[in-house]
Amino acid sequence: MIELKGINKTYYNGAPLHVLKGIDLTINEGEMVSIMGASGSGKSTLLNILGILDTYDTGSYTLNGQLIRDLSESRAAEIRNRMIGFVFQSFNLISFKNAVENVALPLYYQGIKRKKWNLMAMEYLEMVGLKDWAEHMPNEMSGGQKQRVAIARALIANPRVILADEPTGALDSVTTVEVMELLRNVNKEGMTMIIVTHEPSVAAVTDRIIRVKDGIIEKSEKGNGYV
Amino acid sequence: MFDVDRWVEIWVTITRNKTRSLLTCFGVFWGILMLVLLLGSGAGMKNGILGNFKGFATNSVFFYTDRTGESYKGFNKGRWWSMRNRDVESIKNNVNGIEAISPINFGGRSDKNIVYGQITGTYNVKGVMPDYFKIETQELLYGRLLNEIDIQERRKVCVIGSRVNESLFRNQNSTGKYIRVNGLYYQIVGVIKPRSSNIYIGGRSEESVILPFTTMQQTSNQGDLFQFMCVSIKNGHLIEKVIDDISTILKAQNEISPTDPKAVGVVNMAAQFAVFNMLFTGIDILVWLVGMGTLLAGIIGVSNIMMVTIKERTREIGVRRALGAKPFNIISQVMSESLLLTTMAGMLGLSLGVFLLDVVNKILMNSPVDEIKGLSLKIRK
Repeated sequence: MIELKGINKTYYNGAPLHVLKGIDLTINEGEMVSIMGASGSGKSTLLNILGILDTYDTGSYTLNGQLIRDLSESRAAEIRNRMIGFVFQSFNLISFKNAVENVALPLYYQGIKRKKWNLMAMEYLEMVGLKDWAEHMPNEMSGGQKQRVAIARALIANPRVILADEPTGALDSVTTVEVMELLRNVNKEGMTMIIVTHEPSVAAVTDRIIRVKDGIIEKSEKGNGYV
Repeated sequence: MFDVDRWVEIWVTITRNKTRSLLTCFGVFWGILMLVLLLGSGAGMKNGILGNFKGFATNSVFFYTDRTGESYKGFNKGRWWSMRNRDVESIKNNVNGIEAISPINFGGRSDKNIVYGQITGTYNVKGVMPDYFKIETQELLYGRLLNEIDIQERRKVCVIGSRVNESLFRNQNSTGKYIRVNGLYYQIVGVIKPRSSNIYIGGRSEESVILPFTTMQQTSNQGDLFQFMCVSIKNGHLIEKVIDDISTILKAQNEISPTDPKAVGVVNMAAQFAVFNMLFTGIDILVWLVGMGTLLAGIIGVSNIMMVTIKERTREIGVRRALGAKPFNIISQVMSESLLLTTMAGMLGLSLGVFLLDVVNKILMNSPVDEIKGLSLKIRK
């Protein structure tokens, strides 16, 4: 599903900063993987490259059999739209749109008609258990609810991979468990999932834990695989 | 390619960010409104004042006789003099660039000097040449103007102003009727209404009875004398030069010193117009400057708010990108939003501006304004 070979990335802001120093990583379809590492270890950069939000200098990145290299911004946007769903630490819901409109946004960029959006968006909101909150604005919802809306939004375009950047970073322990259960269930239905996290308890839920340190993969260990 | 969903998306973004949208709108709205109001009032003022001149030849010059200022050929200074008919002939023959020339006689405006049957009125009486109607243009309500034959045969005919016709004939067609003017009967051949109501020579033409110049000269027993003459000058001729030529002839033929500064009185309408035209050019430039400045301020305001908006929306744009928005989607979204906002605001400003101007126009039209005395030439009788 995802294959990284010898990925290098250097930032040239003032002094050159060699962030990723040859990452080799293979993630299979249907796998749930967590990436752990200290601040500045390069895990966010890795996630950005995986999400085609950033480019890499050398190496190769193959997503679903397609080489991701030197794509135009439009092409990248299209791949992101169809292949990748994002879940962020700060939810990143659009503040002036209600839950159902937020969920439906990826469909808008696919050029799907409004009537169809609303039906599909309601379906996914029901799946994450927020059907009654469809008309609420993000600032009327709790953190856990917002993250569930964000997960529904990530899923609606039916992507091949979910990239979650600290999905529980802004949540308390109870809602963390709820959200992880939701993500685990989504994964059980066959969705490939990559979660970047600080928390060992969150990492433990995944099938495989990848530890990144100073731009290389330090070690890869097996997770518990359940909540 | 009209995509409803796209415009719904744009509309939602605009209406759910009310403060931002309103601020953007207000800049443009105010700029356009001010520009329209300024241009409107500038043009209105110009039209208002130029309206006074309308129908009056702007290239005309008036000559009148005044007391001499120097003694000459045995005459004392301070002598009254009169122009003579032969002066008109000499000027016609010797001066280049004359378009129309007409001496004018003024009759007495004694009480109840105009009589038709039982009805009487007090009006101005003047005698003119047909050329006069090229200088003060008239709208002909009935009949005809005076012509050369009237002049040659010294016919006892007259043209009356619309006010005279109103009080004597209740606006009916009065041509062919006879009225008594200062004791003598004249047949009415035409009814006129001057195109310009605020410039007139020797009383308003709508309140005047106009006779052939020669007839009037004879009936008022003036021989071949007259004291007032108006001339209009062809395009392309230097007005000052023509005035000089005419003055020289008048002085030479009437025993006036060539250097007399006072005897030949001149009113140069063209010079007055030139002053007004300069004034209006100045006002125009000012109006455009201020208007454009306001508009520019509006534009800068909008771009400023757009900048802030983009900064503020970095996060939103990032999210949209992550969800699969192409750069074109983002750019077209932002551009369409601002385009829609500015268009709406601009139209609103334009409409309100036009509406306000119209209201002012209505108020001005309905209020019984005393007719503004634009430029009236007071002529010594």
